[in-house]
Amino acid sequence: MSAFPDTIRSAGTTSKAPSGSARSGPRRVLLHAVLLIGAIAMALPFAWMLFSSFKPLGEIFIQPPKLLPQDWNVQGYRTALGGADFVRGFWNSTYIAVTVTVVSLLTSAMAAYAFARIEFRGRNALFMVFLATMMIPGQLTIIPLYIIMGWLGWVDTHAALIVPPALFNAFGVFLLRQYVRGIPVELEEAAQLDGASRVRTFVTIILPLLRTPLTALGIFTFLGQWNNFFTPLIFLNSSDKFTLPLLVNQFKGQFTSDWPALMAATTLLAAPMLILFAIAQRQIVDGIALSGSKS
Amino acid sequence: MSVLTSGSRTRAPSGSEVPDLEARSLRRRRRRADNLAAYLFLAPQLLGLVVFTVGPLVFALVLAFYHWDGFGTRSFAGLANFVDVLSDPRIRRSAVNTLWFTVLQVPGLMVSGFCFAVLMQRAGRLTSVYRLAFFAPVITSSVAVAAIWLWLFNPDISPLNHALSAVGLPAPNWLQDARFVIPAFAMVGIWQGLGYQLVMFMAGLQSIDRSMLEAAQLDGCSESQKLRHVTIPLLSPTILFLSITSIIGSFQVFDYIYVFFGSTAPDASRTIVYEVVQLAFQEFDFGQASALAVLLFLALLGVTGCQLAAQKRWVHYTE
Repeated sequence: MSAFPDTIRSAGTTSKAPSGSARSGPRRVLLHAVLLIGAIAMALPFAWMLFSSFKPLGEIFIQPPKLLPQDWNVQGYRTALGGADFVRGFWNSTYIAVTVTVVSLLTSAMAAYAFARIEFRGRNALFMVFLATMMIPGQLTIIPLYIIMGWLGWVDTHAALIVPPALFNAFGVFLLRQYVRGIPVELEEAAQLDGASRVRTFVTIILPLLRTPLTALGIFTFLGQWNNFFTPLIFLNSSDKFTLPLLVNQFKGQFTSDWPALMAATTLLAAPMLILFAIAQRQIVDGIALSGSKS
Repeated sequence: MSVLTSGSRTRAPSGSEVPDLEARSLRRRRRRADNLAAYLFLAPQLLGLVVFTVGPLVFALVLAFYHWDGFGTRSFAGLANFVDVLSDPRIRRSAVNTLWFTVLQVPGLMVSGFCFAVLMQRAGRLTSVYRLAFFAPVITSSVAVAAIWLWLFNPDISPLNHALSAVGLPAPNWLQDARFVIPAFAMVGIWQGLGYQLVMFMAGLQSIDRSMLEAAQLDGCSESQKLRHVTIPLLSPTILFLSITSIIGSFQVFDYIYVFFGSTAPDASRTIVYEVVQLAFQEFDFGQASALAVLLFLALLGVTGCQLAAQKRWVHYTE
């Protein structure tokens, strides 16, 4: 457990060629051939989505199917943007994901600091409760949550999507606690001798030193929220409040046979995260690997 | 409480009572301040824990024993909800579908993830290029994934079916054929989940002590012997972790089905979580839905418990 920051750093991003027989000749060619075929097979559905979104409707039914459009066309995007308010959906998704990410990072770091640095009654028992909650499947609590949201008057509001994940993130607390424990305690003691309060120590010393895990956890949280389908589906009814995944799902129901438009809508949903991924591949992959290192 | 009382009891009359008393009250004040500070730092997450996690959990466990539609009166049901759920043939079918999906998806994910990770370890500078392709589906919304595959599964226009029939294989109507719909879900699940397994396996492989492999090499082990007797045992904690999380994830499959079929999925394609959502939010039978969710939770606990109990036999920790 103590060694896990080391495994994170090396998680997947380093690419030293290990000693092995694949270093030379035909085996190396074979290796790259297999990987290339695998990579192409993985990328093909995306290519299909992207190119089909530029096809005119008539080209969809051409047999045999062609990957590239013969007549490039943005009618699909026109239909998509006219059929649903994707701009609003994009805004809803973005601001919900950003709010949850920022608030949950702060509250998780605060709790992590308390667990790692302050002696208080019930600390170990409470920490065990936090860990145990990671076993609870979301589908078990969604029904009571729906009822509670009804009591709070939050059904069909974004508060129902923002507040619970912003205020509770057991995995985030667990992860950040590990990192806080790795920070030398002398740094805080020196500050406290100078008269700094706990809050000040937390803000000026702990938070800056947590930048790496906070970045990874932040990306991870943001992705999870942006792609979340289940809770918005349960809590939201009015389409002006819909997040992007809900909007695309609804659009799919209305434009069943307009495939270019559906693929255009799907591209609008998938592209922002794919672009983000292309830019921040390293941080995202490390963040995901981080999520598993709790084992 | 016990910490405080045992601390304040004076054991033996020592020479200097007064400074001892002062030190004690100082310590007590300090401890009280620590408790207060800790709970202030914890306050937001504690609120979330109680209101949005533990509270709902207890509530769900209670609901499972009541008849309730969320609005009218609640009446005690005893075990009736559990009996109803367990004896419903459609729900049984959904349970079988969920298991079948898990049986197809988990080994498919783990074996392909492991193989590609081993290969990718040797890919040198191109690793990050390959990884981009393998990992892209992981960060893509499952709604987008399902929408893309909706096309790839449509027998009239599917390039996949065209390719299959071109090489003489049967090209099924994936989503409408009861025999193929669950394997089709598993295919989508593997496509979307493979990159995660790959990254986790690569992280595990990276942390393997190189000297172990070199020692095996010196002892004259072949590549496959090294893989079997060194790499896989050293990777067993990763394998355990991934098998636990993948089984949990497979048991909870929902998004694809909902995007493919909306709220009218045919019996052959329904899963347990789909049934929970239908029971709760289409039929407003909160009691039965909760009972089914509780059963799912117990099944997950049972399977995970078995995996953790069995780990002593095969998981190898280097600490």
